[in-house]
Amino acid sequence: MNAEGRAFKYGENIDTDVIIPARYLNTSDPAELGRHCLEDLDPTFLSRAKPGDLLVATENFGCGSSREHAPVAISAAGISCVIAASFARIFYRNAINIGLPILECPEAAERICDGDQIKVTFDTGTIENQTQGETYRANAFPPFLQRMIQAGGLLAALGLQEEHI
Amino acid sequence: MTITQQILAAHAGRDFVEPGELIEAKIDLALGNDVTTPVAIDVFEQAGFSTVFDPEKIAIVLDHFTPNKDIRSAELSARCRAFAKQYHITHFYDVGCMGIEHALLPEQGLVIPGACIIGADSHTCTYGALGAFSTGVGSTDLAGAMYAGKTWFKVPDVLAFELVGTPGKWASGKDVILHLIGEIGVDGALYRSMEFFGEGISKLSMDDRFTIANMAIEAGAKNAMFPVDDATRSYLAGRIAPDYPVYDARYSSVRKIDLGKIRPTVALPHLPSNAHPVDEVRGIQIDQVVIGSCTNGRISDLRIAAEVLRGKRVAKGVRVIVIPATQEIYLQMVREGLCEVFVEAGAAVSTPTCGPCLGGHMGILAAGERAVATTNRNFVGRMGHPTSEVYLASPAVAAASAVAGELISPEEVCGR
Repeated sequence: MNAEGRAFKYGENIDTDVIIPARYLNTSDPAELGRHCLEDLDPTFLSRAKPGDLLVATENFGCGSSREHAPVAISAAGISCVIAASFARIFYRNAINIGLPILECPEAAERICDGDQIKVTFDTGTIENQTQGETYRANAFPPFLQRMIQAGGLLAALGLQEEHI
Repeated sequence: MTITQQILAAHAGRDFVEPGELIEAKIDLALGNDVTTPVAIDVFEQAGFSTVFDPEKIAIVLDHFTPNKDIRSAELSARCRAFAKQYHITHFYDVGCMGIEHALLPEQGLVIPGACIIGADSHTCTYGALGAFSTGVGSTDLAGAMYAGKTWFKVPDVLAFELVGTPGKWASGKDVILHLIGEIGVDGALYRSMEFFGEGISKLSMDDRFTIANMAIEAGAKNAMFPVDDATRSYLAGRIAPDYPVYDARYSSVRKIDLGKIRPTVALPHLPSNAHPVDEVRGIQIDQVVIGSCTNGRISDLRIAAEVLRGKRVAKGVRVIVIPATQEIYLQMVREGLCEVFVEAGAAVSTPTCGPCLGGHMGILAAGERAVATTNRNFVGRMGHPTSEVYLASPAVAAASAVAGELISPEEVCGR
C-alpha cells in the first residue's frame, strides 16, 4: 500500500480549529467537511490539493479538540497521508480509528519542503522524497496498533468484526 | 505507580502496569455531547451494534450548539434524543436540565474518585480534579466503549507538580494552569499524566482544581490527577456514596510550583501557552468579554466576577457575556444576587451553553475583534472570524478588563 503526491508543508501545532472550524461541526458529512479543510490556515490549500497529496507538518499536529471531524476532513479533502514530527494524542488515535494514514517522522518533517514530490510505502514506513532525492524512515506503530490497522480498525480490534460486520 | 497507573491497573484487572504498556480497561462512564455523539451513533449503527453495555454508565449532554443554533444542530440534538430513548440512557441532559458537560457531571454525582472515564470531548480530563482517571477520545472510541464497556489505553508516564504556598487574592486556578502551560508548552505534557500534590493543594478550592485539570489537555496531557482530600470529600458528600477508593503516590521527579508567586495571567493569541502576567500586556483594547465555559463557569468564578463588577458599569463598546455552567449554578447565581450585579453592570446573562467558547454561537467575533475569555483555547478562528483574537484569562481579569475596556489586572480596578 502506497501514498504518492505533492507535499503541503505546514509548521507546528496545527490545531483542530484550523483543520476544521467549529462553525462546520453541525455536519458530519465527510464531503462537506472536506470542503472546509484548513481554510482558516491556508485558504488556497483546497484549490491546490489534488487527491493523493500529503500533509507534512512539524510538532504536535492535530492539537486541541477531540473532534473526529478533523481527520475526516483531511481524508475527505483527498489527503493520502499526514507526516508529522509528532502528533497530539487524541488526533493520533482518531486518525487510526477512521483510517487516515499517519506517520511520525521528525526527519521527514524537517527535511520535506512545500511542493516536494513524496512517495510513502506503508508496509515499511519508508518515505521517499523524489524531489530532493532523500529517503526517511518513519517510527513504526506499536505491534498492537499494527495489528489493529491490519485487522481493519478499532472495532475489529475489539474482536467484534466477525460477529457484527 | 502513579495514581493514574493504579486506577488503570485496577480497571485492567492487573496488579501492576508500567508506562508505555498497552492495556484494555473497563470503563465506568462514557460521555458524549451534541456534536460528538451523532458521529458515534453513526459508527455504532454501521457496526450493527444493538445494545449498550450499561445504560447507567453512559452520559449524553447537549451543550455545544444548544439551545440549538440552526436546523442542522437541531437535527444533531434530535438524533441524540432518539438514541437516548432507544437505549434507555438514564443520564441524558437536554435544554432546561443540562449544563456544560464538565461542570455538570461532577455536580450530578456521576464522577467518583478512582473511576475510569472516557468522553468524546477533549476537556474530559477535568474529572481528574476528583481523583478519577478521565480522558478525551473521539467518536469512534465512544461508539466502541458504549457497546463494549471497555477500551484500550497506552499507560502514560507522569509529569508531577508539587504545589506549595498560598495563592494571592487575585490569583486563581486559571492563573496557575496558564502559568504552567506557559512554562512547559502546548505539548510539554504530551502523552503524560499531570499529577498534582503538596501542601498547596489545600489552598485550592474544588473549582480551582476543576479549572486546572480542565486545561491539562492544552499542554498535551492524557489526563490530570489531584489527590482526594477533605475538600474533595466535602464536595462529594451528598452527591455520591462515601465508599470510594483513595489512592496515594510518590513521585521521583517533580516540578515545584509556588502558588504565592502566581500573578494574574493572560494567554495571548494564538496558543494557550502564550502566557504573560497581565501587567505585561495591559492596555490592549477589547471588544468582548466572555465569563463562563467548562473551565471557569462555576459559582466561585461567578462570585469573583461579580465582586469585581459590583457597583460598576462595563466599558462602553465592550460586550460582556456571562454564562453560568449549569442550571444549579444559574439558580445559585440568581439567589446570591449575582445576576443582578451582572445585568446592572451592563452584561448579558445566558442560559448554560458552550456557545462562544468554540465559536458556536452566543457571542461570535467579527473580523479583527478581540475578546478576553475565561475559556480554554485561543487558536486562530476559535471564537469567530479568523482575524479575531482571544485572550484567555481568569474571571477576575476578564471582569476587570470589562470595566476598563482593555486588558488590565483586577488589582488596578479593585485595589490590592
